[in-house]
Amino acid sequence: MPKNQNVHRVMVIGSGPIVIGQAAEFDYAGTQACRSLKEEGVEVILVNSNPATIMTDKNIADKVYIEPLTVPVLEQIIEKEKPDSILPTLGGQAGLNLGMELEESGFLKEHNVALLGTTAETIRNAEGRQEFKDLMERIGEPVAASKVVKTVEDGIAFTNTIGYPVVLRPAYTLGGSGGGIAHNQIELEEILENGLRLSRVGEVLVERCIAGWKEIEYEVMRDSAGNVITVCNMENIDPVGVHTGDSIVVAPSQTLSDKEYQMLRTSALKIISELKITGGCNVQFALHPTSFEYCVIEVNPRVSRSSALASKATGYPIAKVAAKIALGFTLDEIKNAITKKTYASFEPALDYCVVKMPRLPFDKFITAKRTLTTQMKATGEVMSICNNFEGALMKAIRSLEQHVDCLRSYDFSGLDANELRERLKVVDDQRIWVIAEALRKGISYDEIHEITMIDIWFIDKINRIVEMEKALEESRGSSLETELLREAKRMEFPDSVIARLTGKSEEDILAARRREGITPVYKIVDTCAAEFDAETPYYYSVYGGENEARETSGKKKVLVLGSGPIRIGQGIEFDYCSVHATWAFSKAGYETIIINNNPETVSTDFDIADKLYFEPLTNEDVEAIVDIEKPDGAVVQFGGQTAIKLTEHLMKIGVPILGTKAEDVDAAEDRELFDEILQKTGIPRAAGGTVYTAQEAKEVANRLGYPVLVRPSYVLGGQGMQIATCDEEIEVFMEIINRIAQDHPILVDKYLQGKEIEVDAVCDGEDILIPGIMEHIERTGIHSGDSISVYPAPTIGKLIKDKIADYTKRLAMALHVKGMINIQFIAIDEDVYVIEVNPRSSRTVPYISKVTGIPIVDLATEVIIGKKIKELGYKPGLQPEAEYYAIKMPVFSFEKIRGAEISLGPEMKSTGECLGISKRFDEALYKAFLGAGVQLPKHKQMIITVKDADKGEAISVARRFEKLGYIIYATRSTAAALNEAGVKARKVNKIHQESPTVMDLILGHKIDLVIDTPTQGRDKNRDGFLIRRNSIETGVYCITAMDTANALARALENVVAQEKLTLVDIAAL
Amino acid sequence: MKKAFLILEDGTVFEGTHFGAEKEIISEIVFNTSMAGYLEVLTDPSYAGQAVCMTYPLIGNYGVCYDDMESRQAWPDAFIVRELSRIPSNFRCDCSLQEFLEKQGIPGIEGIDTRQLTRILREKGTMNGCVTTDENYSLQELIPKMKAYTTGKVVEKVTCLEKYLVSGVKNLKENGPVSGLAVFDKEAYDRGEREKRPSLVTKLNGRTDEGRALKVALFDFGAKKNIVSSLAARGCDVTVYPALTKAEEILADSPDGIMLSNGPGDPKDCGSIIDEVRKLYESDVPIFAICLGHQLIALATGADTHKLKYGHRGGNHPVKDLETGRVYISSQNHGYVVDTERLDERIAVPAFINVNDGTNEGLKYTGKNIFTVQFHPECCPGPQDSGYLFDRFIEMMKK
Repeated sequence: MPKNQNVHRVMVIGSGPIVIGQAAEFDYAGTQACRSLKEEGVEVILVNSNPATIMTDKNIADKVYIEPLTVPVLEQIIEKEKPDSILPTLGGQAGLNLGMELEESGFLKEHNVALLGTTAETIRNAEGRQEFKDLMERIGEPVAASKVVKTVEDGIAFTNTIGYPVVLRPAYTLGGSGGGIAHNQIELEEILENGLRLSRVGEVLVERCIAGWKEIEYEVMRDSAGNVITVCNMENIDPVGVHTGDSIVVAPSQTLSDKEYQMLRTSALKIISELKITGGCNVQFALHPTSFEYCVIEVNPRVSRSSALASKATGYPIAKVAAKIALGFTLDEIKNAITKKTYASFEPALDYCVVKMPRLPFDKFITAKRTLTTQMKATGEVMSICNNFEGALMKAIRSLEQHVDCLRSYDFSGLDANELRERLKVVDDQRIWVIAEALRKGISYDEIHEITMIDIWFIDKINRIVEMEKALEESRGSSLETELLREAKRMEFPDSVIARLTGKSEEDILAARRREGITPVYKIVDTCAAEFDAETPYYYSVYGGENEARETSGKKKVLVLGSGPIRIGQGIEFDYCSVHATWAFSKAGYETIIINNNPETVSTDFDIADKLYFEPLTNEDVEAIVDIEKPDGAVVQFGGQTAIKLTEHLMKIGVPILGTKAEDVDAAEDRELFDEILQKTGIPRAAGGTVYTAQEAKEVANRLGYPVLVRPSYVLGGQGMQIATCDEEIEVFMEIINRIAQDHPILVDKYLQGKEIEVDAVCDGEDILIPGIMEHIERTGIHSGDSISVYPAPTIGKLIKDKIADYTKRLAMALHVKGMINIQFIAIDEDVYVIEVNPRSSRTVPYISKVTGIPIVDLATEVIIGKKIKELGYKPGLQPEAEYYAIKMPVFSFEKIRGAEISLGPEMKSTGECLGISKRFDEALYKAFLGAGVQLPKHKQMIITVKDADKGEAISVARRFEKLGYIIYATRSTAAALNEAGVKARKVNKIHQESPTVMDLILGHKIDLVIDTPTQGRDKNRDGFLIRRNSIETGVYCITAMDTANALARALENVVAQEKLTLVDIAAL
Repeated sequence: MKKAFLILEDGTVFEGTHFGAEKEIISEIVFNTSMAGYLEVLTDPSYAGQAVCMTYPLIGNYGVCYDDMESRQAWPDAFIVRELSRIPSNFRCDCSLQEFLEKQGIPGIEGIDTRQLTRILREKGTMNGCVTTDENYSLQELIPKMKAYTTGKVVEKVTCLEKYLVSGVKNLKENGPVSGLAVFDKEAYDRGEREKRPSLVTKLNGRTDEGRALKVALFDFGAKKNIVSSLAARGCDVTVYPALTKAEEILADSPDGIMLSNGPGDPKDCGSIIDEVRKLYESDVPIFAICLGHQLIALATGADTHKLKYGHRGGNHPVKDLETGRVYISSQNHGYVVDTERLDERIAVPAFINVNDGTNEGLKYTGKNIFTVQFHPECCPGPQDSGYLFDRFIEMMKK
């Protein structure tokens, strides 16, 4: 069927801020889909509150609304833009839910807007728990028996009909709190009672437990003519019980015979056909490990994280094809973009093995439970490709950038066999390392399998790696045999690990490899196992065999280093920068080569750069690519800390670094060099010193006077950064920082409290261009990534602004910056101090580019190539302020990480951000809160419990909320302070006092907001911690800084007066 | 670990490691892109006279489950893989692939760059080759021998020795549990009471309205087991005839329909069989043919066949039903194809085409109750999507 002729203007709904479970994959899918729609001449109206995305660029969509993703806002946009259709299946669950609400309210019909792709009925059938169960029963597809119960008695009665164990899931609690697995009636009663209490609606789902079964996924596509295909299947190494997003996943499945493979494939196709899905869909199965029995776990009638992974694993562009299907094309009419010969109506054949590993945030949340459950906790993931499983696993491990490079990186050698047996029962992110140690201690495959339920095939593969470690270790002291080295490299042991195990140097290993010709070759991901000639250079490395990657020549070649897995502190913004830099280089006539390992991103789409190497971002892996490609230069300033870390080695192997030189990057990070520069340029900063030990740190701290800021150098996102108020805290923080060996000294600075100001700029060596100055709502002490950031800076005067522009120029010149620079300042009265300088792109670049209309990355790239700012049509210096306020609001995923401390500090904790944009400050602020999901007021009841130092400010905040009609509850001393100041506050008991306590209040589900400022230092106040955790887990907005509370009050005061929001089309700025 | 070599007739040599039976063979080298189902590939008689390379690099992961064999033995002359799994892991596993090939007398080579081999075959076309463990092989001696190799009259080697009957099921329960609910009884399995795989068949349509089982004559040119099973599971009584059976003998048993099976080799090498097939064509008994059967009836009715550059072997080939426009993903294994350019539309018209390269994938015979397909609706290995064609055949027999 040719293109549907009624579709001309399509509204695409994005997925909003990055949160755990809904991340960069939707920018990848959305961007691909928008380009696919535009290819067919369709006008695209894009709505997404997330400014860090590529999809919200004006060259991706025709109209771009970075507005809060709420039904009223979408309705307003539909009324204004009059699209003929909307496409809701590309924006994750958030986008899908919004599309459904618009459809169900009748709004779409009323405005003659068609729902493209999958119909509302289909979505209801797939998403509704009961509808889905009914449909599966009707078509004879098994689902795990389950029932929603409202009482403990009902739960027991139902469990008696299906047998123990059962899984319990309370309705409407976040992060799976209150749920669990009950193995007997005692456990059932206990968990169920608690779950019923936690659930807002007093309901708990009791479900047959299928934990331990194999978890298998199929990515399937269907077009409007009913043609169906499967793109790929995937097998989770971690059996059912661990969310697929947190599992180590392999594609294709490894342990299924054709009978099981086809049985599940047929089931998946039957389901997608019965549901009448048009587009992409993900079907998850639980397969009994010793029978043909299976259950359908879940169906996602949209593109998903798994579909992004499947796209990258196979080369089949699911989102692109889904968009074409939505326009009415059938699979046999859509060309295979990789082979350009065959069509989309085929199933990719892989001739390699893909491993995905989750990037978990436990290095950020050290108090959090590392246990993996059905609630996803990973912030990102890495993928690797190899022609053997061991190699793919080894590559994935080192791609994680979590100080792991082999199966010895976590040391469990201190545990004996029995302790290991116990440890194996713990399902966490270190499980494969525990298995490796268990194998070293001689625990049998069968026993490990019985405890973990991980298939023996995978256990054997882990053992092959363990055997190789041992063989290498045994060669210690003698010369390393070539065949052993060859085999170790085939399994992708990095030289550093081989060197460590054999007691040789890395240089020796590399020399031996070069001598024996043991160097990697590159193969192509071609969707068809070499059956057809492929035109797309999408490469992965293996050892042994024919090399398919050829050095190209003619054009100048530039290597763009990606930013690896998404983690807190290094998110999607850096992918935005990498992709834009690639495009800019391409426009300037360069051949572009991207190296990255993150399957969720736009940068790893095969048609962004001229060549894509899907490889780990380590010195050795990058060097191997350099050996083949011989690039004219590499650009590292767009790929976050991941790329910066590679600079030194790139220079060592003779690759010119384009833009700011490595020694200048060092100068910004090295305390002494940087102090020299500051002195030379006459720019003040907080006094401080560099230290290695806790003793030294305490000395510096006492010299400066508390409070002080303690942080490691060369990190992003303020990792490990803390404010210390006393010697004991210094000891705790230094211990935590030094848990990981530090290559660089630790910085101790006097903590200054003032306004925090941030600037991004482009410098060409002579001139500087500052698109704008941003000011943080929260005072210094909260990481810039977690602060509400306002452009243009609203409360500082011209004097300060000029000073900032001047300092920025002086610093950029002194550091010889060519390209991007990001600086954070503190303004105290009329003084400006510098906090830190990063001669690279930053997380604010995408948002500032969008609101000012200045393409910062493009300009930086031009400057790197050698152009001058003046030649690029810009007047140097601070640019005129835009007529819009743009407010960046951090978004957190605390509810997903059980046990994580939510109070904000100098270490970054947010996973994403959204933007509020308006000509009026108040409205921009309101939009920013709305975009972050703060939809208040609801019940108009709040709790305030603050530390003594904040009591004064709490009074004015409370007064504002009282005026807004809020009933205020407060703990004893806060209530006393408020009442004394004439603000009516109801006193509530602390948790350990008698009921009703503050906790009962929170669990009553009638509280809008909790303001809880923690006393200094980590985790001193257990009560406060519990209050904050429980608020988050029951969906109550919790604020931990008084500045944020004031901002919220201001936003709410504004909304009372306003009915409709004004909308801003970013593409028209 | 013994070295082994794969030598192509163009002189390319791959060095790998030997497994399976130890012998030197010369054969036609082909590649299969299925990611699972190596046992079904090995036991598909259509591979007789060929050595098979799997493009998926990890083979043997789930070992060998005898139940999944598609015929009485393994047929390829040699098996070529990138990496053979050290251990098999599957609840039904009877033995490892290594043991199986040893028992079957088939040599294997692992550890070679199978992707490079595939690229060579794709660019230069299917070639003959030699698998040997002789480190002192002589290219001068081997190349002429390899060039002279043909698969020959291989159908006679793979067909059944004598005619036999497989009765159709009387009720669906005999087929075993419905997909998804099959609970495995390990003890019963070990006792030899073989586990029934979940069944796809949900209708007992292979019986007349009076309840009589339809009689199908299956002309066995190297039939895969699942052709018989697909019919019997629907209730048809299937009589299997050796490839050299005379048409008269088959017709004398008055079947309700005739199935022409898949099989190995060049269809044009089947001279006398083609004559018998022509008689069946003229008989007016409904006919459904698969793969070689499809090619033989085309040759019997005046069409031509030619060899494809490197064939279609895998489980991901899209075929389009020209009548409905629907595309199905099919299991394929063929090196020859029916020429549609010289097709006489008074005799037959194309019914299916391959979406990738436009080659013929099926014919509908004009004025006859005959339809034939190039691909494998019986799957095993591969997608089960076109299993509905057996129902179409049954409807045809009932008419």
